[in-house]
Amino acid sequence: MSDHEYTPKSKVGKWFNDRLPLLTLANHLTDYPTPKNLNYWWTFGGILTFCLITQIITGIVLGMHYVAHADLAFQSVEHIMRDVNYGWLIRYVHANGASMFFLAVYIHIFRSLYYGSYKSPREVIWIIGMLIYFLMMATAFMGYVLPWGQMSFWGATVITNLFSAIPLVGESITNWLWGGYSVDNPTLTRFFSLHYLFPFLILGLVVLHIWALHVPGNNNPIGIDIKKPSKDTVPFHPYIVIKDAFALLIFLLIFAFFVFFSPNILGHADNYIEANPLVTPAHIVPEWYLLPFYAILRSVPDKLLGVIAMFAAIFVLVILPWLDTSKVRSTVFRPIYKQFYWFLVADVLILGYVGAMPAEGLYLLIARVATAYYFAHFLIILPFLGLKEKTTPLPLSITEPILGGSADMAMARNNSDFKEKL
Amino acid sequence: MKIFLKLTFLFVIISSLISSRAIAAGEQQELLKVDWSFKSFFGKFDRASLQRGYQVYTEVCASCHSLKHLSYRNLAEKGGPEFTELEAKAIASNFEVTDGPNSDGEMFERPAKLSDKFVMPYANVQEAIAANGGAYPPDMSVLVKARSGGANYIYSVLMGYDEPPAGMELDDGVYYNKYMYGNKIKMASPLDDDIVEYSDGTKATVDQMAKDVTTFLQWTAEPHLEARHKLGFRVIIYLSVLTILVYFSMKKIWSRIETKV
Repeated sequence: MSDHEYTPKSKVGKWFNDRLPLLTLANHLTDYPTPKNLNYWWTFGGILTFCLITQIITGIVLGMHYVAHADLAFQSVEHIMRDVNYGWLIRYVHANGASMFFLAVYIHIFRSLYYGSYKSPREVIWIIGMLIYFLMMATAFMGYVLPWGQMSFWGATVITNLFSAIPLVGESITNWLWGGYSVDNPTLTRFFSLHYLFPFLILGLVVLHIWALHVPGNNNPIGIDIKKPSKDTVPFHPYIVIKDAFALLIFLLIFAFFVFFSPNILGHADNYIEANPLVTPAHIVPEWYLLPFYAILRSVPDKLLGVIAMFAAIFVLVILPWLDTSKVRSTVFRPIYKQFYWFLVADVLILGYVGAMPAEGLYLLIARVATAYYFAHFLIILPFLGLKEKTTPLPLSITEPILGGSADMAMARNNSDFKEKL
Repeated sequence: MKIFLKLTFLFVIISSLISSRAIAAGEQQELLKVDWSFKSFFGKFDRASLQRGYQVYTEVCASCHSLKHLSYRNLAEKGGPEFTELEAKAIASNFEVTDGPNSDGEMFERPAKLSDKFVMPYANVQEAIAANGGAYPPDMSVLVKARSGGANYIYSVLMGYDEPPAGMELDDGVYYNKYMYGNKIKMASPLDDDIVEYSDGTKATVDQMAKDVTTFLQWTAEPHLEARHKLGFRVIIYLSVLTILVYFSMKKIWSRIETKV
């Protein structure tokens, strides 16, 4: 929190602020000292907030026209696409918005992994973030079920069936989730209800996420602790606001391109076929953003162990702050970790690729190796590397040159050029 | 600038992931490609082709395939075949719908109105299956979007009837098609030269009819495609201008401190 006390200028403002310090909060948010060397990878927090709000608003409008019933859902979606004024726009924004949301969240997470933003004292921000991510996946999965197309139905069948792998109670849990003996109308109505609820839980967690962020303040590309406020920081408004706005607009251009010119490319054609419990699609594939986990699930031959591996792949991220033993946050000063970081990125992309492929032959082998490497990265490489790795010297502050360098301004300027490239 | 390169890289990776999904959906022969007028940024429907396509649909497809999500009024709406309201009314009145109950509690038959949905060829799915040798003729409202390959796929299947390769045994009522998944289809080749007579004098070749009906089905699947392209263009222009303005504002604001942005 900013150190100085804030007093509103107007009498009314002061009267109100003494009773509910909203103006103090607003002042805190505008003055919030932010490291001035944040690069564009830091703009995705704002972009994600925008995505969440877009999804909620378009979702509420869709909910006014959508009918959550197994016999009517598909038809009501077509009604939205054809007869509701700009219904096609609202639905395409919502459907592509989910993909854009995940694109942004993956960049946000990998930015955190690169610059060590999950490390002390920001573990709680990270854990709340992982909860948000988990809820996002649940929300997106249930949202995909609502149009009641073939992929909706069969995706729901595959994922809910996972719970039947739990010993003894698995079968009962699955029936309880379905509200019957197969995916059917009761499943659809509860998924609709939860799909409407979860975004508001996410919104609440986002508030906590930002609150927790504002206690230690932002991490930054060189990952050192900085004094706040100081010459290393800028006030959030207008500096960060305008930069976030610029990045958001670039993001919106890509978003608009999908919505207006290829709105169905991110979806699966089979979902325009009405759900039919008697016909199984040739390949059941989840949405692209769930593919890496789908690959992990299928790479384990045993169903129960596969489910455990899939959930463990997320859980391992939750405990990441304690698995990474390195005291240095930013990868910039960790030459060996930097290589492993890019291996991990490649590994996740490979998992995503094989997740889309049939689980057989070479694909299955690749999926198994990639799954093993994924866990090895977090459980073996990170703990050991943190203890062994020789890191390069850290600078004293954002504006000052590298430790032991001269205090000469010209050098400092070169130094900031160097950081620009990070 | 480096960040944009990185973003582009990411974009490429994700698109390749998406296309890999398409591949996973089923290996098949390379589809025939048509330079459709509705593709591309400013893509629009060829109005005459839509009207001819509607003719092919009613005279050839409609005896088995429904268009249950469409209403007759859609035929006169902007961005579609754009029949005049009178023409659309005349088209609708050729069909009989069941309405009621009337004041005596009886259901009755009347000619269809603009507000009615397209009349279905069969009363229910079971009847459709029974009448078609065990295969359900799918509803065509969103058929183009329901097949990977879209319009090219529909066109290819229509053009893909051929003699089966040597050694391939086909049951009665099953036909060989180069582009159909699994190469077997239960629909006999629906198009023959001059099976319909176009009123605008266009020669009704199989290729012409296949193109027309595919264009028509693209419209039934995406009735607001033209409005989408038009609005999309405006949105992109608006966002681009705003992005440039915000970029220079950002440069100006950040010039107050000695850090590049």
